[in-house]
Amino acid sequence: MIHLTASQMASKLIAGETTSVELTQAHLHRIAEVDSNVHAFLFVDSKGALEQAAAVDAKRSAGEKLAPLAGVPLALKDVMVQKGIPTTAGSKILEGWRPPYDSTVVTNLKNNGIVILGKTNMDEFAMGSSTENSAFGPTHNPWDLTRIPGGSGGGSSAALAAFEAPLAIGTDTGGSIRQPAAVTGTVGVKPTYGGVSRFGLIAFSSSLDQAGPCARTVLDAALLHEAIAGHDPKDSTSINAPVPQVVAAAKTGDVKGMKIGVVKELNGEGYQSGVRLRFEESLELLADAGAEIVEVSAPNFEYALAAYYLIAPSECSSNLARFDAMRYGLRVGDVDGASAESVMNLTREVGFGREVKRRIILGTYALSSGYYDAYYGSAQKVRTLITQDFNKAFEKCDVMVSPTCPTTAFKIGEKSNDPIAMYLNDIATIPVNMAGIGGMSLPAGLAPEDGLPVGFQIMAPAMQDQRMYLVGAVLEAALLTRWGAPLLSQAPELVGK
Amino acid sequence: MALSYDEVISKYEPVLGLEVHVELNTQSKMFCGCSTIFGGEPNTQTCPVCLALPGALPTVNEKAIESTIKIGLALNCSIAPFSRFARKNYFYPDMPKNFQISQYDEPICTNGYVDVEIEGDEGPKSFRIDIERVHMEEDTGKSLHVGGATGRIHGAEYSLLDYNRAGIPLVEIVTKIVPGTGKYAPEVAKAYVAELRDILRSLGVSDVKMEQGSLRCDANVSLRLIGAETLGTRSETKNVNSLRSVERAIRGEMVRHAELLNKGERVVQETRHFQEESGLTRSGRSKEQAEDYRYFPEPDLVPVAPDSVWIETLRQSLPERPSIHRKRLQEAWSVPDKEMAAMINADVLNLVEATVNEGADPTKARSWWLGEISRIANDKDMAIFDLAITATDVAEIVALVNAGELTDKLARQVIEGVIAGEGKPAEVISARGIKVVNDDGALMAAIEKVCAEQPETAQKIRNGHLPAAGALIGAVMKATNGQADAARVRELLLGHLLQR
Amino acid sequence: MSSLSRDDVANLARLARIEMSEEELINLSNEFTVILDAVARVQEVAGAEVEPTSHPLPLRNVFRPDVVVASLTTEAALSGAPAQEDSRFRVPQILGEEA
Repeated sequence: MIHLTASQMASKLIAGETTSVELTQAHLHRIAEVDSNVHAFLFVDSKGALEQAAAVDAKRSAGEKLAPLAGVPLALKDVMVQKGIPTTAGSKILEGWRPPYDSTVVTNLKNNGIVILGKTNMDEFAMGSSTENSAFGPTHNPWDLTRIPGGSGGGSSAALAAFEAPLAIGTDTGGSIRQPAAVTGTVGVKPTYGGVSRFGLIAFSSSLDQAGPCARTVLDAALLHEAIAGHDPKDSTSINAPVPQVVAAAKTGDVKGMKIGVVKELNGEGYQSGVRLRFEESLELLADAGAEIVEVSAPNFEYALAAYYLIAPSECSSNLARFDAMRYGLRVGDVDGASAESVMNLTREVGFGREVKRRIILGTYALSSGYYDAYYGSAQKVRTLITQDFNKAFEKCDVMVSPTCPTTAFKIGEKSNDPIAMYLNDIATIPVNMAGIGGMSLPAGLAPEDGLPVGFQIMAPAMQDQRMYLVGAVLEAALLTRWGAPLLSQAPELVGK
Repeated sequence: MALSYDEVISKYEPVLGLEVHVELNTQSKMFCGCSTIFGGEPNTQTCPVCLALPGALPTVNEKAIESTIKIGLALNCSIAPFSRFARKNYFYPDMPKNFQISQYDEPICTNGYVDVEIEGDEGPKSFRIDIERVHMEEDTGKSLHVGGATGRIHGAEYSLLDYNRAGIPLVEIVTKIVPGTGKYAPEVAKAYVAELRDILRSLGVSDVKMEQGSLRCDANVSLRLIGAETLGTRSETKNVNSLRSVERAIRGEMVRHAELLNKGERVVQETRHFQEESGLTRSGRSKEQAEDYRYFPEPDLVPVAPDSVWIETLRQSLPERPSIHRKRLQEAWSVPDKEMAAMINADVLNLVEATVNEGADPTKARSWWLGEISRIANDKDMAIFDLAITATDVAEIVALVNAGELTDKLARQVIEGVIAGEGKPAEVISARGIKVVNDDGALMAAIEKVCAEQPETAQKIRNGHLPAAGALIGAVMKATNGQADAARVRELLLGHLLQR
Repeated sequence: MSSLSRDDVANLARLARIEMSEEELINLSNEFTVILDAVARVQEVAGAEVEPTSHPLPLRNVFRPDVVVASLTTEAALSGAPAQEDSRFRVPQILGEEA
């Protein structure tokens, strides 16, 4: 049962062939069996999940009209605040904190009757591309446990690939939904900025952060997308407009006459050969389905990474200032005679990991007087240039595409001492965040040289998220026909503990 | 040796800069829906947003924006068609996010002015104070320092934080530098703050209670030799919380600076704290190593871009400017300049106006507020606004005196009772058993008794030494529990002794 | 090229309220030489005529009405406090000026 898609599970629930409690128990059982190897979860809320499932079952038997995904379980990235449930954002500084409120995403999930199994592992405060920066140990890629599952949302993607959950929530600041999806052979969508409320999402970089759906199929992602999206008065940057019809788009599956723009700058040098191979194959399939493939250029994308590593650290240096040992979380050094200042200093030294400190210091520098214009100011201008590149390109095409990442999953520990090499992983995903538009990654096959999943990225203009689903669904169907079975069926069996 | 103020101003010219923080009187906080009511139990008016819990986001209170635009308009400012919030980053435990949402280089209102008038040596003198900017920000929480002998921060063992005040909307009004006030600098500063307060009160945007901290003034003062071009080093005196203190603090700083400069020492650029008891300032944090606030546009909020229709609607809603309003009152009441100035100075104009609106005669209303009630406020060291007596109460008391039901003396007792919290005038009168003794027979009996008890005094009066009458009148008043009309007692007493 | 000395890093750490060992200061100072070289590229393209983007969406004037909504209970507000006393957050002595 756990190998079904979320929409198949939903159908079985509606048909009365299973119950939410049964479904939830099956996943809890799976988690108990494999998560000691995968380490996708930081906290499993068995009791809460079963209660929620029972409540949905009761409503269903009472004949109440339920949302499409009611009763289907989900894994929640630990950056998302859930009332009463330990929420750490992967950081020691928040260990043991139980929020007194729900994020809007959690409220929406609950209103949709989606059962929250627990909180998934992540790079501390979503800073990283491998989940190695979690204060609670790395997550392992179900395709090869010695490899990273991507990051920052490696726990959510690994949970999907390990069949520990059929749905998950991720957040994407520079690729944290899409890159983990790519390296685990799953689907991940970063909606248009402002499409899903950020209220209750522990901020890394406010102007870039966006929560979105993670799933094993494009349709499942679409169903989850509609469940969590929509205007939220508690988030001033939330878009006050109808949610794009992404489920309908995922079901339509027709790309005839659509123009698909291949980004010249996000291909070629630096991209692994198997990644390029699978990307080209996908383009052929889309062309076969009637789409027109065109080349587009985005000359300023090469500056995106540099701008990102100024903007995100700058905003995080301010966003993370609240973790100061005064009102919640860790407190270190509170001995007789200690000052508030020394307790703050010591707590932040112990409570933050290396990468977080590195970015806070970098951001503090980039915002400091005398350097602001050269660094933060210039980075904001690059942002304008990148948006202009997208706008020009979208005059020539309906969606833009690229490989999601330059390589397949690397080994745990391989890049942890080389921040720049690590940062390069996000080179193709970052431009989307800079412009605030939508991006999707879906599996394009396995790289022949290492047998690991490759991601295909689709980018759509702001508020045109349905276009990604349209193209994604067509490509997914074509690939499925070619493979004869979902890609994940080729993943190795996970051994129990 | 301490310099006299005259010596200071004979040599130096003061340059002022005033920053006034005003708490707006919105129902809810600047960036969240928590109540702004003053004096609630600790941490009962907090939420994820104003406690800066992880994940919480601010949302802007529309009324606060409107109030700020109104303030800008009333201060003759330009309203920016595009303005943004910015984060001011610094760590302090009373500020939950460890940054304050404020405005930096894109404030909502800029370039205004306020005209103020003071009583100069040769009559009224007018000064124009230029306003640099008016911007929005949020207040901090309150800390209680425990364990030190003084209850102050120094020597405290730990602190207790209450975040009810955190996030209350603040508007900061910053002047350009104010040169050319010469010896009147302290009075001009006081008149400016008073004028601002009156404007804000007339706009209805703030409670403007300096004692409760809803209006706070930071005063920058520097001195330069008369005729010099370059500005001297300034000190910034924080949180001066009464009109009188504004004047005292500036005067005190002028003298302190002059003493340093005369000794050839330099003035340190620093924050200083005004001490109410001594009228002096105490050194706070040195600003020599400037704090780097790392301002940047607040990414959680979108720009504020008021269109001209909105601004014009707000402009139409502005009340009469206080200075014009005052002129109108002065004419209607036929009050001489000096009396008018006295009322403004004692901060009773609004109270007198309200009392008159309740039917009292302007002269009577003025004399009660300026006299007895001001005196009590002074004795109690309280702002007259904060006394438990209202314009309605005073109007009622004036009416009772007019009707002959109270004497001036009894009226004073009633006022005292109302202020002491004994209730409304009628309640005080009935509880204290206050009533005028109008019965001449009863008074005569008392007079005869007193004369018999103090024959020597009575004889002095008979001999024509009239000032001695006071003692006997006092004794009669005492004998009648102060309920007699003193004028009538005097009349009867003199009639009795002088056999007229 | 851009670089940060050990003392620069120490000053930034002070601003950011993070205690750092001597070793950390030196390591970060070395790393920053590389990182700053990489990020300084933004200065190559951003001309004076380019408007900076601080928000990805062109939103304006997003306000909420001035209406009081329920606060947290005091208990919930203080639920995460490392220390509390008399319904207040208890914190170590605050050095600095009197507020």
